[in-house]
Amino acid sequence: MTQKNRLKTGGRIERGKPMKFSYNGRSYQGFEGDTLAAALLANGVDIVGRSFKYSRPRGIVAAGAEEPNAVLQLGATEATQVPNVRATQQELFDGLVAHATNGWPNAELDLMSYVGKVGGRMMPPGFYYKTFMYPQSLWETYEKFIRKAAGLGRSPLENDPDTYDHLNQHADVMIVGGGPAGLAAALQAARSGARVILADEQQEFGGALLHSKEQIDGRPATEWVTKVVEELRGYDNVLLLPRSTVNGYHDHNFLTIHERRTDHIADKAPANISRQRMHRVRAKWVVLATGAHERPLVFGNNDVPGCMLASAVSTYINRYAVVPGNELVLMTTNDHAYHCALDWANAGRKVVAIVDTRANPDGELVQRAKQQGLKVITGSAVIEVQGSKRVSGVSVAPISADGSRVTGSVERLSCDTVASSGGWSPAVHLSCHTGSRPEWRDDIIGFVPGKTVQKQLTAGALNGSYSLQACLEEGTKAGIDAAANAGFGDSAADVKAPQANAHREGKAMPLFHVPHTKPTSRAPKQFVDYQNDVTAAGIELATREGFESIEHVKRYTAMGFGTDQGKLGNINGMAIAAKSLNQTIPETGTTIFRPNYTPITFGAIAGRHCGELFDPKRYTPMHKWHLEQGAKFEDVGLWKRPWYFPKAGESMQEALNRECRATRESVGILDASTLGKIDIQGKDAREFLGRVYSNAWAKLAVGKCRYGLMCGEDGMVFDDGVTSCLAENHFIMTTTTGGAARVLEWLELYHQTEWPELEVYFNTVTDQWATMTISGPNSRKLLSELTDDIDLDRDTFKFMDWREGTVAGVPARVFRISFTGELSFEINVQANYGLHVWEKLFEQGEKYNITPYGTETMHILRAEKGFIIAGQDTDGSVHPYDLGMGWCVSNQKPFSFIGKRGMAREDCVKPNRKQLVGLKTKDPQKVIPEGSQAVNDPQQPLPMTMLGHVTSSYYSACLGHSIAMGFVRGGHDRMGETVYYPQADGSVIEAEICSPIFLDPKGERQNV
Amino acid sequence: MFYIYCPHCEEHREEEEFHASGEAHIARPLDPDNCTDEEWAQFLYFRSNPRGIHHELWVHAVGCRKFFNITRDTQTYEIKEIYKIGQQPTVTAE
Repeated sequence: MTQKNRLKTGGRIERGKPMKFSYNGRSYQGFEGDTLAAALLANGVDIVGRSFKYSRPRGIVAAGAEEPNAVLQLGATEATQVPNVRATQQELFDGLVAHATNGWPNAELDLMSYVGKVGGRMMPPGFYYKTFMYPQSLWETYEKFIRKAAGLGRSPLENDPDTYDHLNQHADVMIVGGGPAGLAAALQAARSGARVILADEQQEFGGALLHSKEQIDGRPATEWVTKVVEELRGYDNVLLLPRSTVNGYHDHNFLTIHERRTDHIADKAPANISRQRMHRVRAKWVVLATGAHERPLVFGNNDVPGCMLASAVSTYINRYAVVPGNELVLMTTNDHAYHCALDWANAGRKVVAIVDTRANPDGELVQRAKQQGLKVITGSAVIEVQGSKRVSGVSVAPISADGSRVTGSVERLSCDTVASSGGWSPAVHLSCHTGSRPEWRDDIIGFVPGKTVQKQLTAGALNGSYSLQACLEEGTKAGIDAAANAGFGDSAADVKAPQANAHREGKAMPLFHVPHTKPTSRAPKQFVDYQNDVTAAGIELATREGFESIEHVKRYTAMGFGTDQGKLGNINGMAIAAKSLNQTIPETGTTIFRPNYTPITFGAIAGRHCGELFDPKRYTPMHKWHLEQGAKFEDVGLWKRPWYFPKAGESMQEALNRECRATRESVGILDASTLGKIDIQGKDAREFLGRVYSNAWAKLAVGKCRYGLMCGEDGMVFDDGVTSCLAENHFIMTTTTGGAARVLEWLELYHQTEWPELEVYFNTVTDQWATMTISGPNSRKLLSELTDDIDLDRDTFKFMDWREGTVAGVPARVFRISFTGELSFEINVQANYGLHVWEKLFEQGEKYNITPYGTETMHILRAEKGFIIAGQDTDGSVHPYDLGMGWCVSNQKPFSFIGKRGMAREDCVKPNRKQLVGLKTKDPQKVIPEGSQAVNDPQQPLPMTMLGHVTSSYYSACLGHSIAMGFVRGGHDRMGETVYYPQADGSVIEAEICSPIFLDPKGERQNV
Repeated sequence: MFYIYCPHCEEHREEEEFHASGEAHIARPLDPDNCTDEEWAQFLYFRSNPRGIHHELWVHAVGCRKFFNITRDTQTYEIKEIYKIGQQPTVTAE
C-alpha cells in the first residue's frame, strides 16, 4: 500500500528506515520517527474506531495526549496485548500490530451504527440509567451486550512477559514538560548546580517546537532545542527523561513519572531491560511547563473523519511530512490557527477557505494568508459538515458578533478536511492533582492554575502565555527561581532569555458552541466529548433536567469520563452548560482533573511487587524441615505457618484426626516461633503490665507465667497471651502472631503519651527466638532425655512456671504452659539453634511417635478446651465477661486499667448481650459452618431474629463428635437449651448450648 | 503521599514509615472510674474532625517508634508544625 498522504520531503522521519505494521489485519508501511497515528494518516486510513454510544465512525483528531478517538489495542501476541493506547503517542516500530478496539463486526462496517442512526435521538444523556436499570435482575444481561458494543479494549489472557521497575528519585528542581518553557527552565536550573529532572512524554524534547517554523536567536527553533539538550546532557546533576509522562502530582511535591523504555522498539522488551519504569520523585521545587491543548470547535457533525484540530494538522505536515487530506477548510477564532492553512498550502494542497468567526481579523498571519491568495471568509462559521465516513463538504454561514446565532444564508463548500481551532486550553491537569482549583481568565479565554500550597512554579502556555517569546522568558525565570528557592544559584542574576521573532496577533474570539440554523436539539449532532459521545444538546438537556452543578452535569452526561479525561471537550462543555444556566464560566466553575494524566499500565503500577515478590514472607527457623515433610501452609500475617502435615494418601480431616490423637495420646509438637514476643524491662514494668492487662500482675513471682487479656479503652478484648516474669524488672510478653506489631505500638503509645513517668522499655524479640511446643502425656519424658540441668519434677516445675537451662546442648527457656490442655512445655532457644533442637526432639521422640501438627490441629485442640483465639472468637465487640472470662479481670487493682471503665458502660453491663458458649450438635457428626447464625425458631418468617454467630467449629476425633463455640444472646444463662442454625441450602442444624470446655473440664491433664 | 519530618530522627522521611494515630491531645481522664458514661464516651469516640488546622498524633512506626504531633491543614494537607509529646502547638485555628 502506498503512503498516499506522505510528502516527498521534510519532517523528522527517517525515510531510509521504512517500517512495516499492521492495522486491523492489513499491512502498511511507515517510517522511523512516525507515530502510529502519523503512519495511519500517511496511508490514508480515515476510520480508527466507532463511537461509544452511537457507533459513529471516528478518525484521528489530534496529535498528542488529548486524542479521544484513536485509542487502539496493541500487541502481536496474546501475552503482549495492551489496551488503551493512543495512536498519537505510540511510536511506530517494525512489526507493530494494532487493532481498533470497538466496532462490531469491525470499525469499517459497524452494525451498531444503524442503531445509533435510528435511535440516536432516543439516546439522550442518562439513557442507560433510564432504560437498563429495570428490572434490576436483568442488568447483568444488558451490561454484557453494552460492553461488547462499546468496546473499551481488552486485557491480555496470558501473563505479561515483561518486567517493570520502581525508582525513587530526589530532585531539587523537577521540571514537567520539555517544550520551550521547560527547556529554558531546565537550562537555568542545571547551570545552578541543582539536581534537576526534566521529563517529557514525547520521544524527543522540544514540545511544539518540533513542528514549528519559528526561529530562536535567529536560527530555526529546532537547532536551539538540539543545543540546549546537548548542554543538559553534559551535566551530572541533570536526569533527562524523554518518553516519560508525569502522571501524578501528589502532596508535598511527590510526583510519579511513567517512563516507557522499550515501547518504541517492540511490544515485548528486549532481554534484561525492564519495559517501563515508575519514578517516584520527591522534589524540593517543581516547575510545571505542561503547555496547552488546542480547543476544537463544536459544530454539526464535527466528528466525521476528516475533522481535526488545526495544530494537529500542522504537526502532521511539519513533523511527519503527512498531509491528512487534499482540500482543507479551516475554521478559527484566532490568528494562531492560520499556521495550519499556511502549512497546508505550502505542502502543495488546496486550501478551500479559511472561515474566521471574527468580523475583522487583521493579525500578521491573517495578512500573510491573504497575500498568499488564500480565501478568507470572515464573520462566519462552519455550521455543519457533510459526509459519513469522510468529510465531503461543509455548510458555511455568517454568524452574529457574539457567536450566538446564524445571521445569513448558508453556503456549501466542497472539501475533505475540516481543521478547527477555538483557541487554547492550558493543560492544568497536574496543577489540579493536589487540590488546587483552576481560575478562569477572560483575556486568554481559558483556565490557568489556581492558588497552590505546593512548592510549585508555572511557566509558558500553561499560564496562558502563548507566544514563544513569553514561554522562553517565563521558563528562564522559573528555572532560576526554582533553583534559588531550593538553595542554588542567584535569583537576582540578570539572565537574558533566548529571543524569538514576534508576531502581531489579533484578538481571539471566545466561541464554545457554533450556532446552527436549527435549534441545538434539532441540529445535527454537535459533539463536545468525542470519547463518550456527549453533545451540546445533551448538556443543554442535562441543565434543563435540573443538573446545575458542573460536577453533576459531568456525571449525568459522562462528559470527561473517558480515558482522555475530556482533555479536548471539557472547557467547551462547561461553557455550554454555563450559557444554558445563564451563568458566567467562572460561576459555573470546572471539574477537577485527577491522576493519572494519561492511562498507565498495571505493570508500571505493580513494578516488581508481583508473583513471589508481591508481599514479604516470614519464615520460622524450622521452615526447611516443614517443607521437607510436605506440610501444607497457611498465611498468618506475613508468616508462612504449617497448617497440617498430611501423610501420603491422607485427606485433610484424616491428617487432623491423626495429629490430634497423637498429641492427646503421646506427644505432638508445634512450631510456635511466629507468636509475637516483646521484651519488657524497667523498674516500672510490673506496674505497666497491670495497667495494660485486665488481670493482676503485682504478685507474679520470678519464674512464673500468667495468661493476660488486653482490652481497648472501650473494654473490648483485642489481644491475649502469656507473659512471664524473667527477673524482678524483666518480663517477656507473648502476643498473637498477627497482633505483635499492633501490641508493641499500643504499649509504646501508652508509655509515651500517657505514662511517660513510668520507667519501662519495650523491644520486639519475635525473630530472636525459635519456639517449639511439645504437648501430650509423654512430653515430660521426652524433654527429660534432652536436658540435664532443668529439674522437671512435677512439684518443683509446676504448671505456669518457667525455667532456664539447656535443651539439646543449647541454652533455652522452657515454659510449662499449655494451649492444648495437655502437659506441655514450650521450649525457646536462640533462633539459629531452632532447627537443631527441633531435629533432636524428633530423634529422641521417635519412640513416642512424636507427631508434628500445624495451626489447624492447634485450633481443634484448644477448642476442645474452650480456649479462645483473639481475632477469631473476638471481633472488637466483646469484653472479657462476654467470653465468660471474668476470672481474667481484676477490679481490685488500684490503677484503673485500660478497659475497666469501658466494660462498665451501660451497654456493656446490660442483660442479654451476646455471650460465648459451647455448642453441641444434635447430630454428633454434623459440623456447623463457622459464621452460621443462631435462631430460636427456624420456622419464623424472614427476617428471622438472629442471636449470634458460630466463631469456631471443628470435628473432634478425640471426642468422637463435632464441637463448636459461638455467640448466643444471653447464652450463659441458657445452658442445655436448643438453638437452630438455618443453612443456605435450606437445612437446619440443631445444637444444644453447653460449656465451651468439652474436654477435661477440671484441667487435670495439664497438671500431671 | 506526605513527607514527614521526624523530630526524634531529625530528618524528613516518606509517609510509608509512619502511622497516623488520630487526633492529638486527647488525654485519658485521670480518674476513669468516676467518669460518667457521657464523659467516657466523649473521651472514647468524639473527635473534632475540623476543616483546616488539625493537631494529629503520629508515630514513626518503622523508624524510631517514637510518637509526636503534627499540625496539619486538612484542606491543603500542608504540615504546619511538628512538635514532641508534651509540647503545645504554636500554630492553632483562630
